Amino acid sequence: MKPAHFEYFRAATIGEAVDKLGGDPEARLLAGGQSLIPAMNFRVARPSQLIDINGLEELKPLVARLPENILEVGALVRHQQIATSPLVQRYLPFMATVALSIGHWAIRSRGSVGGSLCHADPAAEWPAFMVAAGAEMVVAGPQKYRRIPADTFCSGFMETALGPGEMLVKIEIPLAQGGWGFWEVARRPGDFALAGAVCRRHHSRTTVTWFGADLSGPGTVTVESEGGAGHGTHFWEDAASRVLAVDDDYMLQILGYCADQACRQAQSDEGRDYDNR
Amino acid sequence: MTTVDIAFLLNGRPVSLSVEPRLLLSDALRHHLGMTSTHVGCEQGVCGVCTILLDGAPARSCLMLAVMADGRSVTTAEGLSDPLAEQLRDSFQEHHALQCGFCTPAMLLTAHCLLSAHPEAGESQIREALSGNLCRCTGYQFIIDAVSSLTERGGEGDASHG
Repeated sequence: MKPAHFEYFRAATIGEAVDKLGGDPEARLLAGGQSLIPAMNFRVARPSQLIDINGLEELKPLVARLPENILEVGALVRHQQIATSPLVQRYLPFMATVALSIGHWAIRSRGSVGGSLCHADPAAEWPAFMVAAGAEMVVAGPQKYRRIPADTFCSGFMETALGPGEMLVKIEIPLAQGGWGFWEVARRPGDFALAGAVCRRHHSRTTVTWFGADLSGPGTVTVESEGGAGHGTHFWEDAASRVLAVDDDYMLQILGYCADQACRQAQSDEGRDYDNR
Repeated sequence: MTTVDIAFLLNGRPVSLSVEPRLLLSDALRHHLGMTSTHVGCEQGVCGVCTILLDGAPARSCLMLAVMADGRSVTTAEGLSDPLAEQLRDSFQEHHALQCGFCTPAMLLTAHCLLSAHPEAGESQIREALSGNLCRCTGYQFIIDAVSSLTERGGEGDASHG
């Protein structure tokens, strides 16, 4: 038995979970547990109370809301669900590519999209993807629901914009046009990435969102230029050094390389035809 | 000490027990339920030897609390008894896919899960599926061979060996 003692509470509704969470600053929500439980095994995390939200069906939708052109992802949707869902394959197949880069199969089948976002590990893929996608977080709080844009959600090293007693309920991702690319560098497949980049291209606009290197969270650069993605690694190294708190040469090279690879992918992806375009 | 009553299906049979919330599922399986095929290595989700099937999907039992298994279905290597499981065991033996055996139950479970859903799996898919399970003896190639030989391609796959 590795974790320290804690109280265990199984929430039956979102309201119940929020009440419990608001009533105890040392309480933590238990979603997939793939980051929280190892931290508890090491006793790096010693929550007074775990509020198990795995039974909450309201946190599990994975639906395309086509009139609004939005993919709705419940906070408890597992990474492997994203990787294998026909719906994701049809409307936002790039998201499955990102999901498959997370950990290993056994980790993906338990770890949740919302849990990863709220844990806000700088090496995590979802925060950068959500920023690149222009997603919005729907958050339940003690008094009301509110929406937080993805680019302000991760507010620092393993910190989010969630206030006391607030929990992430779902993420709304616009099914926007354009090409996507993703590249990350990890020492071994399945390890935490040293750094990575998500690229979006639409007509002459190229946006690169990096993660991993800057511990304060994802950083983004947008470039307007005609004529392909061929800016090259040095261009992106310079860009990364301007927007990220990184001055290590090796890390900048990785960032430049990831951005270049992601942009090449996005360029070829832009020509593909999806149902939502 | 507060305990929680839980009940779940273990290898198809209902079990119930009373556990401290902080008891890991891996420890519950080994120490309370006698499922000693569930090995405990790193206890931080890296090595993969504690892998079980939760409702048919691979999961790390060291990264789950026993209370989280309540109402679910858990499969350990003891519960692998269908023809595919027998073929896997034979194939592991034929291909020398184990030496010390510490990683073997989790390898069998993961491979079983993959081949049940994807009998057509190619070598790259097998490598990806097993990449979360560390082996310190075999160098992996013999494990890949053992699993590949049971696919519809019979090991004539999508990549050269080596």
